[in-house]
Amino acid sequence: MHIPDGFLAPPVWATLDAVALPAVALAARRAQRGLEDARIPLLGVMGAFVFAAQMINFPVGVGTSGHLVGGALLACTLGPASATVVMAAILAIQALVLQDGGILALGANLLNMAVIGVLAGYLPYRLWGAGRLRKFAIFAGGALSVLASAVLALAELLLSGVRMAPSVLGLSLAVFLVSALLEGAITLAVLQALEAMRPGFVRRPAGGASLALGAVAVAAVLLSAVGVLFASTAPDGIERVLGVAVADASWLRKAGTGLVGLAVLFVMCTVFERFAAKRSA
Amino acid sequence: MLRRMLEARARPQGPLDRRDARSKLAALLVFLVVISTARYAFPATAAVMAILLAAACLWAKVPLAEALRRAAVVLPFTAFFAIVCWASGDAERAIALALKSYLSCLAVWLVVATTPMPALLRGFESFGAPRFLLMVAQFIYRYLFVIAEEARAMALAASARGSSARADFRILRFRAAGGALAVLFARSYQRADEIHRAMLARGFRGRMRSLDAPRFQLADAAFAAAASLIAVGARLAAERLV
Amino acid sequence: MARLVEIRGLRFRYPDGTQALDGVDFALDAGESVALFGANGSGKTTFAMHLNGLLEGEGEVQVCGLPATGGNLETIRTKVGMVFQDADSQLFMPTVLEDVAFGLLNRGINPVEAAARARTALAAVGMDQAVDRAPYHLSAGEKKRVALAGILVMEPDILVLDEPTTFLDPPAQRVLADLLRGLPQAEIVVTHNTLFAQTVCDRAVFFERGKIAARGSVEEIVAHFDWNFASQATNFGR
Repeated sequence: MHIPDGFLAPPVWATLDAVALPAVALAARRAQRGLEDARIPLLGVMGAFVFAAQMINFPVGVGTSGHLVGGALLACTLGPASATVVMAAILAIQALVLQDGGILALGANLLNMAVIGVLAGYLPYRLWGAGRLRKFAIFAGGALSVLASAVLALAELLLSGVRMAPSVLGLSLAVFLVSALLEGAITLAVLQALEAMRPGFVRRPAGGASLALGAVAVAAVLLSAVGVLFASTAPDGIERVLGVAVADASWLRKAGTGLVGLAVLFVMCTVFERFAAKRSA
Repeated sequence: MLRRMLEARARPQGPLDRRDARSKLAALLVFLVVISTARYAFPATAAVMAILLAAACLWAKVPLAEALRRAAVVLPFTAFFAIVCWASGDAERAIALALKSYLSCLAVWLVVATTPMPALLRGFESFGAPRFLLMVAQFIYRYLFVIAEEARAMALAASARGSSARADFRILRFRAAGGALAVLFARSYQRADEIHRAMLARGFRGRMRSLDAPRFQLADAAFAAAASLIAVGARLAAERLV
Repeated sequence: MARLVEIRGLRFRYPDGTQALDGVDFALDAGESVALFGANGSGKTTFAMHLNGLLEGEGEVQVCGLPATGGNLETIRTKVGMVFQDADSQLFMPTVLEDVAFGLLNRGINPVEAAARARTALAAVGMDQAVDRAPYHLSAGEKKRVALAGILVMEPDILVLDEPTTFLDPPAQRVLADLLRGLPQAEIVVTHNTLFAQTVCDRAVFFERGKIAARGSVEEIVAHFDWNFASQATNFGR
């Protein structure tokens, strides 16, 4: 979900811009891998692939269809840092040329889809992609990436004061769940077909982790994302952020909690990604 | 989707086309912040901003009807949340959502319509975006249409062989679509190899160098300053009037 | 004076085990124009890639007097200009001018001079009005000419063209043929298009399973190997 301008409250988009932009810059440095510009054509062409792939509709039955988002697919084939760069570039182009997502809100969209979405998509693969659970890992990656981005987007909207009745929230989450499962299925279908075409092309992640540790990590990601969501929907709601002076302590507290949750989630994923990268380097 | 991207070229050049991308981006950011941070009496501010943008379109020789139409793509998404807000009793925010998102899109379109993509991306470099990322975006933009056409041809061929019940080439059966994407993936990967070879053959040694960017002129600075002042002033005036 | 290209006993095996070249001898003098014929997979393109070191095999490969390896490749790649089959993979910059200037900028020429020289090269192939256009909007023939300009701007001694008439309609093929005939450089043209080869090239070689099976004039080779669409008999549909 690409959040347009005008939805997020200034403290929210400003903070997210301040967090996401350095994160993407860091990913860019990692993606270069010391080869300076040699990887630009590969990342560029694969980005064009994802962009074009998003136009191919997969039937879900009963007249609806979905399409690939691509974060998990890129993460499994190019590595998470490169995937972040590619997704970030795609989001920027979509915001500028298709007005799909705002400019001030770009930080939020980058964080949701290019950073957290990619990391969440890579996490299961990194943990279980080398063993018997490979297919499940790929599917889970696709699903988790979409779920995490969607839940974060919802949380950011709620934090900004967009009020949603619990029934609406439930409906949105249900829709996100369907999209998530679809993404998992598509990602798996594409990777399987790729493996059939060129066996050994999709590299296995080095060194797995125990099932228990992996389950805990994935659960932690999910819980944090959902936790942020619930922290943002305090029962008394966030009164008309637009009209509330900054000095109002209760609003600040709630917003603060939500943002801290986001920060925790982000730090966790970054640390894990560093750890994973060291082990597979 | 891509047709929308392709359509917009070939219009007469106006005063805004001559301005440096950086000055336009700066003015855009100021404008977007002005809209985003507006709180009091927003409909009045929105009306003034709308008039401002319409006038800017006319001055810049950007077709107004097309601009209004393109900005409207955000409305379906906004409508959902606006209705949800209204149903929760927050009518003021519902209206604000619709107006803010629409006006923001209009402003972005004005800049994008008068600035070629490579210049736009380069403009971001001055705002601190990593060069590596911008070059990847440049390549994506260059190969977007090439790969999309390959995708389209593949989907057409597949549907011509009866792989889906509908004649619509966009919907393939699930496994067929997965296979098609994998083939497209492999082709794209191969193309990246070809590009790299072509770069090596012309002496690429690791760093992509660019031609000089046009210099930032006084007119550019003047435009950025004037546009920013007008935007801020317009909002203050609107808020004071009501 | 050293010949432009001297190759002796070239062998090359791909990582998957295919022996693409199995002992090739080849020589090229200044100003000559040679066509490389052969079935798909016979090694023509693989051979062409050895001329500027994109591939390196066993045997002796000398280009402009230098062994095609290591530190020489930088120099050799300025002397050998290669036009690839798919122009879209060759024109990777956002505008025509930037693409043609690419090679010069890599050599350290300053941007202002690079832009000027690029414009001259574009004028030489008749594409000077396309300077600021995006490659996507060009026709196949126009893209091919821009790709050629991007090579000519480097002032190479040898031009290597890999199946240059693919995607080109007959008028575009004619334009390309005229352009090539007017150029002083030596040319190596990998092609299936016998008429094009007859127009542009003085002689030809025929590749078969990684070796050169015959050399001669274009007409001789075409006649000897029956390398013509119309004359090939098939049993399909009888």
